[in-house]
Amino acid sequence: MNGLETLRTGLEAIRAHRMRSALTVLGILIGIAAVIMTVGLGEGAQAKVSSEISSLGTNLLTVSPGSSTSSSGIRGGFGSATTLTEQDADALASRTVAPAIAAVAPTTQDEEVLTAGTTNWTTTVVGTDADWLSVRARTVVEGRFLDDQDVAGHADVVVLAPTTASELFGFEDPVGQTVNIGGIPMTVIGELNSVGGSGSSSSATSSQDDEAIVPISTAADQIFGGTTRDSVSSILIEATNSSTLTAAYQETDDELLMLHHITTPADADFTIATQQQLLSTATSVDKTLTVLLAGIAAISLLVGGIGVMNIMLVSVTERVREIGLRKALGATPKLIRRQFLVESSILGLSGGLLGAVLGIVGTQVLPSLVNEPMSLSVWATVGAIVIAMAIGLGFGVYPATRAARLAPIDALRSE
Amino acid sequence: MEDTQQFDATRLLAARTPVIELRDVRKTYRTGSLAVEALRGVTLTIDQGEYVAVMGPSGSGKSTLMHIIGCLDVATSGLYRLAGEDVGHMDEDELAHVRNRRIGFVFQQFNLLASMTAQRNVELPLLYAGVDRAERRARATAALERVGMGDRLEHRPGELSGGQQQKVAIARALVTDPDLVLADEPTGNLDSLSSADVLAVFDELRRSGRTVVLITHEADVAARAQRLVRMHDGVVAPDEQPSGASPR
Repeated sequence: MNGLETLRTGLEAIRAHRMRSALTVLGILIGIAAVIMTVGLGEGAQAKVSSEISSLGTNLLTVSPGSSTSSSGIRGGFGSATTLTEQDADALASRTVAPAIAAVAPTTQDEEVLTAGTTNWTTTVVGTDADWLSVRARTVVEGRFLDDQDVAGHADVVVLAPTTASELFGFEDPVGQTVNIGGIPMTVIGELNSVGGSGSSSSATSSQDDEAIVPISTAADQIFGGTTRDSVSSILIEATNSSTLTAAYQETDDELLMLHHITTPADADFTIATQQQLLSTATSVDKTLTVLLAGIAAISLLVGGIGVMNIMLVSVTERVREIGLRKALGATPKLIRRQFLVESSILGLSGGLLGAVLGIVGTQVLPSLVNEPMSLSVWATVGAIVIAMAIGLGFGVYPATRAARLAPIDALRSE
Repeated sequence: MEDTQQFDATRLLAARTPVIELRDVRKTYRTGSLAVEALRGVTLTIDQGEYVAVMGPSGSGKSTLMHIIGCLDVATSGLYRLAGEDVGHMDEDELAHVRNRRIGFVFQQFNLLASMTAQRNVELPLLYAGVDRAERRARATAALERVGMGDRLEHRPGELSGGQQQKVAIARALVTDPDLVLADEPTGNLDSLSSADVLAVFDELRRSGRTVVLITHEADVAARAQRLVRMHDGVVAPDEQPSGASPR
């Protein structure tokens, strides 16, 4: 009895119990579709985060106060320390001190309420200088960006990101209008381009389209206030090109250690992060989520597999006479076993294929419904189909072995 | 292919050797601590071409005897040669091959697979014998024609009467050209008209020289056989001529 005949017999048996087979397949199908969709969701989120982080600017280094405590990027005292100052930024901006550095943008930031007429909007106010635009790889779509005179003269001017502008002014042209920030009336001089951040909470870069940029000097003495007016929340550094990024990193490290009178690098009171590090930190979170979701999906797949086993056991019990007859007619235990294994594999495989179809459709349809990006993972799809068949096969072993072991007379005798 | 040649060779040899040779066969069933002796030393020889009816009341051991003759079960002790071959020490795989090649079964409940057509049902033993599809179809058709079911090839068991189903089952038993046709109460589930129809097929088998062992408790069925073996309490009573066992 060759493979083709075994396959045919298996298909016949499945066709004889359409409803039951369909329900069994459904169990596998749901598991496989869940695996494909969760992996797609996870990969989509990762792709989104990486594209957003690269949109922050190329060849970018971010210096933050506080020291790194672990390789995974968790920083001790991140943001709370006030060890970085405008003087640090000025020193790094020097071409002689740091030739690999093209631009330096010290930034301070805080949440503030912006008021325009009767409209309120709470957003991130960023105090920085003229270099910020090139460091962050942004452009101005209307008006102009901050210039050096604005910074030097503590000018009461603001550049709005598109979401902020539309929230405050609707469809009106924001340029030339006045916005109150912390009670200080400021003139809107420009509007930034949109970088297409969806504003979802999962992303570290969500605020890119919703922020207000003011001169760092104005921010320090009029908006944020406080005692440490020279301190900055971070210094953004742009290397001259991607090949000098390492050099720029080294120069920043050396210069800041010197300025802060620190002799052992391990005691550094600042942390320099590259885009790569930001990326891996951000994606590692999503990766964890993906693994978690895929784990849940895998459990549902396991449940589907148990469903296959259950139905195959029922099938064996129900077909005891048939098994007995086949044995009487000359089927060896091995052939009976193979027949049942083929049957359960067909159930698994069809569940896998149908589940893949559902998963693929899901990754196309779902993003527009839940407003989350999804990407179709080929390896997850192929892997899921293979796993589905393996589940069918694996969970079929026990029922098939039971069928093969039935004594022919007992099997024939049963009613 | 080698198997087929070997098979033919044994067939030639078997022309002289008895089809069934049982010597002091015993069978004890154990269920827990209880041991039931179903066969208490059966000695029986059946030659080629014989049409033998085995009769006996229920509990006489005739079913057990049929299982052992049919290689569906193995004797506890004693010798059983089927067409000269000792089957007492065969493993499950070898027994499956012996059943496939040497024995054609006819059961009381027909035991046809409901999802398959008559032709596919008859093909089944050939499938396990490794015969290719074209030959299977041809042989199944021939076997069905022989029992007068040539016009019902594509019918499923549900579409056939009891007698017709049993004739399909007989075709299935004949399709491998076995040394022995073993029928267990073949008319037990049939009305008298269908019974006569089925028994006529067995008569035809006898005329063509086929070895048939038929187990029954109906005297008029047994009367059509050449030879009657009576079972009682796990042993075989001396042979008698069925014609002498005056049918009512």
